[in-house]
Amino acid sequence: MTTRLDRRQFILFASLLLLIVLVFAGMGSAYAVRMLVEASCFAVIALGLTIQWGYAGLFNAGVMGFIALGGYMAVLFSYPVNAAFWNSQGPAALLGVAGRLLLGIVSIVLLRQVHRIGVGRHWRNVLLTLAVIATYLTFLTAINPAADLIEGQAGFIGGLGLPVGLGWLMGGLAAAAVGYWIGRICLGLRSDYLAIATLGIAEIIKAFLKNADWLTHGTLTVSPLPWPVPTPGEIGFVGARSAFLALMVVLIAVIYMLLQRAYQSPWGRIIRAIRDNETAAAAMGKDVNRRRLQIFVLGSLLMGIGGAALVSFSRIFDPSGFIPLHHTFLLWVMVILGGAGNNLGTLFGAVLVYIIWVMSEPATLLVFDFIRETGSQWFDWVAPADLDSRALQMRVFIIGLTITLVLRFAPKGVIPEEVVRH
Amino acid sequence: MNELVFFANKVVISGFAIGSVYAMGAIGVTLVFAILRFAHFAHGDLMTVGAFFAYALTVLFPTAGASLGLPTGFVMLPLAMAMTALFAMALDRLFYRKLRANGVKPVVMVMASIGVALMLQGLVRLFAGTASRSFFIAEHKEIFRIALPIEGITRKLVITEPQILLVVFSVLVVTVLHFFLTRSRFGKAMRAMSDNADLARVSGINTQTVVMMTWVISGALAAAAGVLLSLDVSLKPDMSFNLLLPIFAAAIVGGVGSPFGAIAGAYMVGFAETLAVFNWSVLLRPLAGWLPAWIEIPVKLAFVPTEYKLTVPFFILVVVLIWRPTGMFRGKVL
Repeated sequence: MTTRLDRRQFILFASLLLLIVLVFAGMGSAYAVRMLVEASCFAVIALGLTIQWGYAGLFNAGVMGFIALGGYMAVLFSYPVNAAFWNSQGPAALLGVAGRLLLGIVSIVLLRQVHRIGVGRHWRNVLLTLAVIATYLTFLTAINPAADLIEGQAGFIGGLGLPVGLGWLMGGLAAAAVGYWIGRICLGLRSDYLAIATLGIAEIIKAFLKNADWLTHGTLTVSPLPWPVPTPGEIGFVGARSAFLALMVVLIAVIYMLLQRAYQSPWGRIIRAIRDNETAAAAMGKDVNRRRLQIFVLGSLLMGIGGAALVSFSRIFDPSGFIPLHHTFLLWVMVILGGAGNNLGTLFGAVLVYIIWVMSEPATLLVFDFIRETGSQWFDWVAPADLDSRALQMRVFIIGLTITLVLRFAPKGVIPEEVVRH
Repeated sequence: MNELVFFANKVVISGFAIGSVYAMGAIGVTLVFAILRFAHFAHGDLMTVGAFFAYALTVLFPTAGASLGLPTGFVMLPLAMAMTALFAMALDRLFYRKLRANGVKPVVMVMASIGVALMLQGLVRLFAGTASRSFFIAEHKEIFRIALPIEGITRKLVITEPQILLVVFSVLVVTVLHFFLTRSRFGKAMRAMSDNADLARVSGINTQTVVMMTWVISGALAAAAGVLLSLDVSLKPDMSFNLLLPIFAAAIVGGVGSPFGAIAGAYMVGFAETLAVFNWSVLLRPLAGWLPAWIEIPVKLAFVPTEYKLTVPFFILVVVLIWRPTGMFRGKVL
């Protein structure tokens, strides 16, 4: 039994290797290495998603938001210092805004305790609401002039010029913080609510990154981002990208080993017990929501790190470049096709799906070119002028179709989760 | 007083219009949620598909509306609703039924519905491109500018024909739906199944028919919402994504499984959105004379900048999930 499974895996991975070799042969090594680095960044994110979905059955429909946030943190920490900002009145203005915000938060915290001095709970809530509204409005009226000032004098606040690795770590932590907050609200409820909430938070994060020009340079984009390894300008495309790839492979290997250990540990067993039968796990005295929160935060952490790596690698931070199809649903396909809950399967799915995704663009255009040719030759059909951009929309359709078909016919993916029996 | 008319134009009328759209969407979502027990993420795209059915009919018969004195898109609405209802049933047959029969977890159904949503998006864009279109091909959009018979008011109340149709139509639909759900046998069967599917089955209710009925109603309503919204604004292939969050927020605020809660929630979300992005300085400016001198009225004073409009339904959703997950009208917590 085991040997047959192993042979199956061997064949799968051998074909994947063959595919990679074909890409190398067909598209040149600079292109192929770039594709592999991107695939490895997606693999880190997919590992985050597979522990959320595969280990614990948590539905995260807003992976894009975590990626974007991680990416921005990489910018904030690793982009070179913007001297124009630090020499302008910008920092002072921001400090003023922060001071007001802090004052508001302190007063809210104090007002929460006001029932201790004999104010009724009802009045406390009224006071609290008023304080929250007042803080919010003060913040809102204070931030706009500060933002205009910064945008006028320095463009945006720039980065902190710290090592890239720190930026990645902070990206992971920021994503984890958002995951914690959203998880606290939604994890006690059914998974559908989590899906809706994450979908919303992702769009909000994107809207914020796109519109807060003073902080993120918005649609004007930030580039070039620094790399943790020598950049192509120093040692050429293939060399630099290979170094980046090596770094990602090491990162994935570390994460993979840690996750494998976690999966087989008692903690992993609890998580799976909760996923498979929540009621039974709760009856055994397991704290269901706490475990779920742990796993959701852990998954978000990995998504943040992966997102930071992805943005660093692309060397440009463009908030409008984050699209749900590419940064959420493509990852879903990777995870469910590869095998949710199986780390190896997820890695396999990530690389395979990413190669197919990248190659599908020229392939689709080729197919539609053929359709246009035959259509005009045989049926006098005049193709619409924007056929190419429409053709690329077919990829949306294919992603959707793959999701539904995999769920229907191969719900366990190509490398299914191996249930460990003790 | 002109400022109040401005307020009415910007908040009251648009709030009613967008609230009606959300209401028709949210009823469908809440029914699917209650009877099939999953959040149907493809609902926004069902709206788009419905709107495109109506658009295709409008292109085929661009002058059909003129004889009745109504916009052609509106005249084609019943047909588009019927087509979308059939379409929704076909979707269920093709994608959801087998999963249901396999007894998968509800969250897998949610994921399948996202897959369906992507497929619909891809199809719509393949056939229609990504540009936005106007329903008014052979006619033009009627805009009523009503001068109020009060002295000192120069600003006019602006209301468009699609907005009137939208509000009237949604009131009509809601009334019909109310009688359908409370009086007819199908309606009772639907409510029974939403309360307890197994019990409904053993008491001899044909659950398959109820499921189909649910798709018919929610598909038809989604088409109506999509057509009326795109009559009012314009037909965009990517409108579904921005509609999804407000609609889910409305359904959850109202309490899942309660159509009337969904309507209340929808108007609440709609008005919250228009109130939040309204520039309150306009109303405060006439009061400047009475306010103490140290208060300076900013040029723009909106609770939420327009770019962040999506945070409003999200905020409402989060507040409800924290304090009252059952919603205002004691729906289910699934």
